[in-house]
Amino acid sequence: MGKLERIAMQQDRADGLKATRRSFLLTSAGSAFLFGFARKASASQIYPIADGAPESGAFEPTIWSSVSPDGQININIIRAEMGQHVGTALARIMADEMEADWSKVQITQVDTDPKWGLMVTGGSWSVWMTWDLFRQVGAAARTVLLEEGAKLLGVSPAQCIARKGQIIAGNKSISYGDIVQKAHPTRTFTPEEMAKLPLKPVSKQSLIGKDVKALDIPAKTTGQAIYGIDATLEGMVYARPKLPPTRYGSRVLSVDESDAKKVKGYERYIVIEDPSDTVPGWVVVIASSYPAAIRATDALKVTWAPGKTASVSEQDIIDYGRKQIADKNGGVYVFNDPGTDKAFSSASKVFEQTYTCASVMHYTMEPMNALARLHDGKWEVHCGNQWQSLFLPVIAKALSVPEKEVVMCSYLLGGGFGRRLNGDYAVAAALISKALSGKAVKLILTRSDDMQFDSFRSPSVQTLRAALNDQKAVTSWQHHASAGWPTKVMAPAFMEKGVDGKPYDQFAIAGADNWYDVGPMQVRALSNDLAEATFRPGWLRSVSAGWTSWAYEAFMDELAHDAGKDPLEFRLEHLRATGRNAGSAPNAVGGAERQANVLRRLAEKCGYGKTNLPADTALGIATTFGQERNMPTWTAGAVQVHVDRKTGVVTCQKIWLVLDAGTIVDPDGAAAQTEGGALWGLSMALFESTKIVNGNPQAHNLDNYTPIRIADAPEIDIEFIKSTEKPTGLGEPGVTAIGAAIANAVFNAVGVRLRHQPIRPADVLAGLQAKTAG
Amino acid sequence: MIKFKLNGQYVSVDVPEDTPLLWVLRDELKLTGTKFSCGIGECGACTVHVGGQSTRSCITPVSSVIEAEVVTIEGLDPQGQHPVQEAWRDIQVPQCGYCQSGQIMQAACLLKTYPDPTDEQIDGVMAGNLCRCMTYLRIRKAIKQAAAAAREETPSHG
Repeated sequence: MGKLERIAMQQDRADGLKATRRSFLLTSAGSAFLFGFARKASASQIYPIADGAPESGAFEPTIWSSVSPDGQININIIRAEMGQHVGTALARIMADEMEADWSKVQITQVDTDPKWGLMVTGGSWSVWMTWDLFRQVGAAARTVLLEEGAKLLGVSPAQCIARKGQIIAGNKSISYGDIVQKAHPTRTFTPEEMAKLPLKPVSKQSLIGKDVKALDIPAKTTGQAIYGIDATLEGMVYARPKLPPTRYGSRVLSVDESDAKKVKGYERYIVIEDPSDTVPGWVVVIASSYPAAIRATDALKVTWAPGKTASVSEQDIIDYGRKQIADKNGGVYVFNDPGTDKAFSSASKVFEQTYTCASVMHYTMEPMNALARLHDGKWEVHCGNQWQSLFLPVIAKALSVPEKEVVMCSYLLGGGFGRRLNGDYAVAAALISKALSGKAVKLILTRSDDMQFDSFRSPSVQTLRAALNDQKAVTSWQHHASAGWPTKVMAPAFMEKGVDGKPYDQFAIAGADNWYDVGPMQVRALSNDLAEATFRPGWLRSVSAGWTSWAYEAFMDELAHDAGKDPLEFRLEHLRATGRNAGSAPNAVGGAERQANVLRRLAEKCGYGKTNLPADTALGIATTFGQERNMPTWTAGAVQVHVDRKTGVVTCQKIWLVLDAGTIVDPDGAAAQTEGGALWGLSMALFESTKIVNGNPQAHNLDNYTPIRIADAPEIDIEFIKSTEKPTGLGEPGVTAIGAAIANAVFNAVGVRLRHQPIRPADVLAGLQAKTAG
Repeated sequence: MIKFKLNGQYVSVDVPEDTPLLWVLRDELKLTGTKFSCGIGECGACTVHVGGQSTRSCITPVSSVIEAEVVTIEGLDPQGQHPVQEAWRDIQVPQCGYCQSGQIMQAACLLKTYPDPTDEQIDGVMAGNLCRCMTYLRIRKAIKQAAAAAREETPSHG
């Protein structure tokens, strides 16, 4: 069973749901439709194509879709739309299997309801998680429509085919809409029966793998797209937080509102009481307009007794991580193969390096916000969110009400990147509404608020060690990584168990469990509890695979150079599909050989080994497996950089990426995700970072936080390996190979090895100077 | 009351004079296509046209647009068919889309200054517009396509 299925089952158990929720009924629903647009257009107008809910008499094969008598097909999407065009990709999977006419397909982003099961959008999981289900659901609908269509045409089902919204027998045909109107299908399927339905062969797929215009895009070019921040409710007031000096443990001592009262529109302040301890120490200002809330919050004077972390710095956290790694005890082993210790004690040489990464902020363009009220006995929280199943219970706990009295209404996300997996802002909005007796209140964080309490990517320390024999061959491998663990802090029940039975955060070590055949391996994950006490570590695009790969792929280059080998050849030698790395069906068929394959293809594409590059210009390569060992997206990346010896500026001139993600459902969407991922990788490698000062990130806005801009974006050449394997994921893998490739290219260009991310001009200059001096 | 022309029609609002235009557009006039992001004029998500010039509405007091002509993403083209919008859809530029109203408004202005822009001109003008999904390559491509389409539509009367 895959991790996600396990998580879904845990969630079901937590929800007290029986397995029957997952059974799928194929039945005529009559006029009692269960879904459609969850709310009135004013609050849910996410897609302009919506004419409203499916008309009465719609055929609803499962909770996931409906076919109206006019032939319109609605597909329900439980994944957050944050730029991946996820609804389009998922709908294509079902529509293809259903043989739907794509021009009649619409999608609905649904609100929370226990019937949907696990609502989470992250981990590059969406297509991978939905692939089997949506194909089965599509096949079930097609089967029924074909049977009913055959009856109406007066032929046997065997004489019929389903094509583009019609059932066809010879020269006779009938549309899906007409079938729904004339027949009233009542056939039911158990999940077991549905799983046995024949799926279309790859050769008959008509939508999967074909170009399509994303359904969410038109509204995003005309200002009509509605994000959480655009939601409004009659009579709502505005709120802005006055944030305490530390993320945890700050206590309000006194509040002086005399200056705030001078701001026109100021209404009052609230000291939030939070039984869920999600937003401890927050004070919020209520005002009749948001500009008034901004000003009044600035004018409000609050005195806190700060928490214990008021003086913690980035360096403290890094130093703490170094100490953890130096201590042989502690941490959790993800791999602890027998023979590792022996290999190290008998090694001719132990090659060791330590790599660090700075704090990185999400900086979603849409700052955190939520609109909450009590309405008809239910607490509504309107916002974009990536993990409703995790935070709805937290909201309920904060409000001290049963979960069934809370609904989270979905909107477009103005960026997710993992930030909105943490729903702290939704909890705060609900609590403010409660303090106002259920009145509608819109909480918006200004950019500086948003950054101060971002759930940012923890700084990390990693030490890699390789045992070498007298031929300099690698005989054993250790990877130790210390960072703040987001899953421990926010979703401890979802942590995996190490080989020693102890829980660990897979999202703070994934990537280190790599596919290289380097003898017995130890991979040890260390929870940096100083980081966790100081801020709320977050999942950030590509999670740990974005920084573990930075370390081990730079380390591979260093090992290769130490052994006098070519880094490409060195990697290929160690990518052997044997033992643990043989791969397994359905997610990792082919194992390490598929990783070797993308790497070889990359080398061809980028002209690896060419000798005609200008001075101080070089290629660097890296290879990863995307996010997770159990759903690898085989990834190889190369960059060409130029290093300016005078200024230390590193310019990335070109990026090449070759990925094997199995079946590519939506090619242009896949490319867009990979382009964005690659530039995130570049941005984190060279441009953006902050550091913790006095318990908070130093960065507070774009004047001191600098993600890449258009001029910094180089040409990118992306290739997907043609495959009919089960699709894995593409939201994040593009990030993972870039950082190490850049570090390796900088070394190849000027001979300076930099082991801290980001690589800043000052680091390059210092490296060049040290080299000259050396 | 503060009066200005919005997307071709006069509007009046009763707000403090120093209220940023952004919030007047979004909360008073219910045009939410213009977005709040950095609040200090450095990301471009709130870009509108004032008197035909791209302007960061988050740092523009509403008093400074009295009697001026303001155009937002909703008014750029009545049918949403400005060449920049068409190109944005054709090239499939937006991802999350939150910055794209601002990108489109900035790009529409750019084309008035540079009907046939080079990469450097595009990078120079668009440098003030942050896209966190990093759709930059497609923005560059779409601007060139829009420029070509606009030149075709309105041949030079030189």
